[in-house]
Amino acid sequence: MKIHLPNSAFLGNIDPFLRTLDVTNPDKLKITTNKKWISIHPVVLSMVGAIGLTVKPSNINFEKPEAKSKHYLKRMGLFKLLKVSSDIKMTEHEPAGRFIPLTQITDGAALTKFITDMIPLLHLKLEHAESIRYIVSELVRNVLEHSLSPNGALVSAQYYEKSKSIRIGIADTGLGIKKTISQSYPVNSGLSAIRLALSPGITGTTKKEGGTELNAGAGLFFIRSIAKINRDYFMIYSGQAMYKLLKTKKTQRKASLHADPFMDRSSMDEGFPFWQGTAVGIDISLDSTEEFGALLDLIRKTYTKTIKERKKARHQKARFI
Amino acid sequence: MIKIKLFKIVGEFAENKDFARDVRLQKIIPELNNGGEVILDFEGVSGATQSFIHALISDLLRNYGSEVLGKISFKNCNEIVQKIINIVVEYMQESD
Repeated sequence: MKIHLPNSAFLGNIDPFLRTLDVTNPDKLKITTNKKWISIHPVVLSMVGAIGLTVKPSNINFEKPEAKSKHYLKRMGLFKLLKVSSDIKMTEHEPAGRFIPLTQITDGAALTKFITDMIPLLHLKLEHAESIRYIVSELVRNVLEHSLSPNGALVSAQYYEKSKSIRIGIADTGLGIKKTISQSYPVNSGLSAIRLALSPGITGTTKKEGGTELNAGAGLFFIRSIAKINRDYFMIYSGQAMYKLLKTKKTQRKASLHADPFMDRSSMDEGFPFWQGTAVGIDISLDSTEEFGALLDLIRKTYTKTIKERKKARHQKARFI
Repeated sequence: MIKIKLFKIVGEFAENKDFARDVRLQKIIPELNNGGEVILDFEGVSGATQSFIHALISDLLRNYGSEVLGKISFKNCNEIVQKIINIVVEYMQESD
């Protein structure tokens, strides 16, 4: 496998990075970096961490980074996670107020601890913390419950002063969305599986409306809704499919929610290199964060309307002969 | 009647579904089966996920019907927690 960390890979321009992933020869991993500058979204780091953990450290060839910003990789804990040496010397700073280094989460208790520690580390006010802890909790629990990834979830996050935003990345190397959703629904492509996974009330664990005692199929719909209402990027990549909710400009009109993710302003493609598992990236602009309570009102309306429509569609018609 | 103080079990952010399931199975259901009522006290809980609330109450609505809401009270819920409880209660009743 080969990964090249480019000059820039954020959610808006992540497609070229994904297209360069080489997932052949899964026993070995070569990581190269842009020689001048590396500026990457946490989801890229989480993906490198997740894929790196599937390879023995002795089979990882991490080409010595030369870019001025190479310290970033060390600060975010990439070399430590992959157990490879870097020769990069730096003064360790307290991470407070800036970032959450790459963290591997393999069980619910570790997730609870991570969320508790995360909010003070990012120095978030409660109104911002509400949506961010919500997103991390639901995404990581999805990985722990559905992905069957032996390495759990790889999570990282960073606060960007210039854009006043928190960017979060979560990746796993588990079953992937198509396999998970197809346990309950017939799906013929990775994108159709993503479409279902992002719709309200759809879970791979059952076809029953309302879900099971533990799963309702609401988690990813909630997260997409948080991004949509805040007009931020949200990307989900699994198998060969990638769906990206695009950032939209703030206008007088309030953003509306659609049950069907394909009705939102988005880009999608099914021709990417095969990612064994799922990677999710999301940006949350703190300046324009919609009040969480108002967001929940919109989610409730859309969710209930969708269930009613689905129920109506299943109604049997009287037969007149 | 029993009162369950959730903060002691789940902390400030109610997101751990394992705890929710344990509370339901070990505390709520036995009390309901004895004909009793349950107060779920959210004092100190500043937020909850839909997954947590779903794991806590969805199976009660499915197995006991909407009438179970007459036997469960939600106390000291802030606006966010109330809204999430309402989402779960609403979609579970619509899913009947």
